[in-house]
Amino acid sequence: MNTTIMLFLVQDGITNGAIYALLGLALVLVFAVTRVILIPQGEFVTFGALTYATLSAGAMPGTALLAVAMGAVAFGLDLFAGRRSLHRRLIARAFAINILLPVAIYALTSWIAGKNTPIAVNIALSLLIVAAIGLSLYRIVFQPLAHTSVLVLLIASVGAHLALQGLGLVFFGAEGQRGPSISDAAFMVGPLRFTGQSIAVYAVTIAFIVGLWLFFGLTLYGKALRATAVNRLGARLVGIRTTLSGQIAFLLASVIGAISGILIVPITTLYYDTGFLIGLKGFIAAIIGGLISYPLTAVAALVVGTVEAFSSFYASNFKEVIVFTLILPVLVLRSLAAPEVEEEKD
Amino acid sequence: MAMTRRLLPISVFALLMAAIPFIPGMPPFWIVLLNNIGLAALVAMGLVLLTGVGGLTSFGQAAFCGFGAYTTAVLTTAYGVSPWLTLPLSLLVSGGAAVLLGLVTVRLSGHYLPLGTIAWGIGLFYLFSKLEFLGRNDGITGIPPLSIGTLKMLDAGTIYYAIWIAVLVCALLSMNLLDSRTGRAIRALRRGHVAAEAFGVQTPRAKLLVFIYAAVLAGLSGWLYAHFQRAANPTPFGAHAGIEYLFIAVVGGAGYVWGAVLGAGIVVILKEILQSYLPLLFRGEGQLETIVFGILLVLLLQLAPTGAWPWLMARLPFKPAAKRPDPSLTLPARARPALAPGALLRIDNARKQFGGVIAVNDVSFEVHAREIVALIGPNGAGKSTTFNLITGVLTSSGGTISVLGRNIDNAPPQEVARLGIARTFQHVKLVPDMSVLENVAIGAHLRGHAGAISSMLRLDRADEAKLLAEAARQIERVGLGDQIDQPAGSLSLGQQRIVEIARALCVDPILLLLDEPAAGLRHMEKQRLAALLRTLRDGGMSVLLVEHDMGFVMDLADRIVVLDFGTKIAEGTPDAIKSNPDVIRAYLGAAA
Repeated sequence: MNTTIMLFLVQDGITNGAIYALLGLALVLVFAVTRVILIPQGEFVTFGALTYATLSAGAMPGTALLAVAMGAVAFGLDLFAGRRSLHRRLIARAFAINILLPVAIYALTSWIAGKNTPIAVNIALSLLIVAAIGLSLYRIVFQPLAHTSVLVLLIASVGAHLALQGLGLVFFGAEGQRGPSISDAAFMVGPLRFTGQSIAVYAVTIAFIVGLWLFFGLTLYGKALRATAVNRLGARLVGIRTTLSGQIAFLLASVIGAISGILIVPITTLYYDTGFLIGLKGFIAAIIGGLISYPLTAVAALVVGTVEAFSSFYASNFKEVIVFTLILPVLVLRSLAAPEVEEEKD
Repeated sequence: MAMTRRLLPISVFALLMAAIPFIPGMPPFWIVLLNNIGLAALVAMGLVLLTGVGGLTSFGQAAFCGFGAYTTAVLTTAYGVSPWLTLPLSLLVSGGAAVLLGLVTVRLSGHYLPLGTIAWGIGLFYLFSKLEFLGRNDGITGIPPLSIGTLKMLDAGTIYYAIWIAVLVCALLSMNLLDSRTGRAIRALRRGHVAAEAFGVQTPRAKLLVFIYAAVLAGLSGWLYAHFQRAANPTPFGAHAGIEYLFIAVVGGAGYVWGAVLGAGIVVILKEILQSYLPLLFRGEGQLETIVFGILLVLLLQLAPTGAWPWLMARLPFKPAAKRPDPSLTLPARARPALAPGALLRIDNARKQFGGVIAVNDVSFEVHAREIVALIGPNGAGKSTTFNLITGVLTSSGGTISVLGRNIDNAPPQEVARLGIARTFQHVKLVPDMSVLENVAIGAHLRGHAGAISSMLRLDRADEAKLLAEAARQIERVGLGDQIDQPAGSLSLGQQRIVEIARALCVDPILLLLDEPAAGLRHMEKQRLAALLRTLRDGGMSVLLVEHDMGFVMDLADRIVVLDFGTKIAEGTPDAIKSNPDVIRAYLGAAA
């Protein structure tokens, strides 16, 4: 086989793989902290990407309004949950997070929309919008179910995915969109062309891997998050606010998802439902990493990306089939290597 | 009599369904809806057994419908095979696919299983839509209708009967399966595999069985779908359909066979209403029903996680009759190995290390025939770990364990149970929503023989009646006759421990391992338990028990083995142990 083609495919695979790695990391993070298998991760990707693309096209993204609506519901839930001991601080805090923040973002967005704003502003605003949605999503869907089994959380996760994907179609339509690239710089190394965009993908991925590793290994918040993952009740007894841990995890996951989307929307056309498939490939990486290991997940993501690149070249029709069946040998190996452990269910 | 009581509601339902197409002015569209409900109910019924009862979540059931539908589509259109001949082939293909995927996936624990099913569900969807001989995205059209003689089931009103007969037959088979020896094994899966395996249940096989069963039901639904639509394309077999089937099972009540039918009715009709009215309300484009659908799913989990069927049943004026085992039936005693002179159980330098921690450190002791031996020691001394080594739950790091001279090192738990060693657990492992009777009957698993097929066809009744009679006898024996029909979870913790003893007695054991049997019992209950254990010993059984209640142990045990930090520090008669300085130091500290 031709070396140049191979190099191209590897490069392509690594760029895709880096995105899957980011998503895989977010999935591992959310699962480790909240036990939620975050199917709507893919919607964070599309929402981030298409919000950015819409803003860049000078239009008003529907997601800003969604953030306000979800914030209002979350505020209602906060008030209802705390109805027995309503005091001013609690109301003020809930109001600030759930109402003021999304409304401010909405106001900013509608003020900016249509103006020729710099790319950085559009990116920042897209991240803010998706972050607000992610935060409310945890409050509305998963916080009331925090005590239930992984399975119930998973089904709820699928429900959230369905609803958000449907909303994505309403906001962005069935047409695919592309966004402007972050940088037009490009240089050649041998036969390979590296664009500023692909360099950005690598840099952001590495930054997040190192950042998460430091966050969980060294900071008190990181350790608190891990403690919550191991034992909710135990964590509460030593004074960790488990709800806060969940919020942080979802905040990080939604920002990571949105960044991934913004990074790839200049490279590939994204549709309202593309995120689901991209997210699932992140999943395959996360499962290979056993839903616990960050480095293993990152490596697995690169493998998934490379396999995808090669199979789209050699058997483009069966690209998805190959990528998704990749998981089967991994599962076999996992089940042979680690026999099932007893879990206390229900 | 019991037969008619069981079949009466089903017969009424069947007659009702049979009459529906004859209602004058019945819109044909409603019949189409009912057909869709029946098709969805078949798949959901498989999920009820797989997920609700067995605890194995699958998002990939739609793919199995695809196997069923495409098998008949290809064979009837390309090779002209008669639709009735393709029925067994469709079931065989979906079942075969389930064997392959099941061997890979059902061994996975917890959340890996659902994730795995999502992955291969999507993979198969893409496979269906890319393969040339399956017609790629366009699928296969022109599938011949089902026909009997000259009657061609061309319209919705005739295939309606085929679909609903399938639903009723499958519901009946599923209920029969659940109400049997195999069914109890499946129902025990949800609570983890350790307890079931301790009584000889081959849990991987039980999981694979229910996985295949669910896939075959889905395959049947796919076969019917292909001949109803007379076409097959990939869309209805994708990931979203798989999610929807799970939704149906959850809506109806994931643990109930009829919940699948009810859930299918609710979801299919709801979807129809949403699709026809939402666009009017919101003038919008797109998948509004998906949004509402997703939100409803989340709301349902938050507000009514058990589903509609149990809610409905709780409001019915009559209750299902409790089982009354016939006390005259007896199970033949198990063939016992000849009681050779010497030790019944010999533990020789048994060792268990967890990383750097040595939980059991070269412990040796014996249990002889007709002897009650107590294993005592402070918390963390390695008592329960020793139990787990004997019963094959843990693999030992060294040493040998033998029963009647036969080496059982690292034998699987089922093999140990087969030798006549039965146990209870420190943390009670019963199925809380199953009755005391059925929980105890799991103990007799190895003494019954009926398999899944004979259970479905009710050919297992003689075998089953004997198992239940034996269970009832052991429940009487431990003094819980009044609680026999109650759900095990409703008993006090002390009583649940006694239920575990009854379950262990159903094994007809030569050696009974009891892990803290007296914990949570009142004084009188403890005395009754001690009396029972003495009777058992005098009848020829040996007992090895872990217990913290010293009064209970000293009164009862013939011999005592004391562990501390994984090491045996003393062994002897109760009187010798009471005055042993090492034991006193271990329990009370050096100064005592």
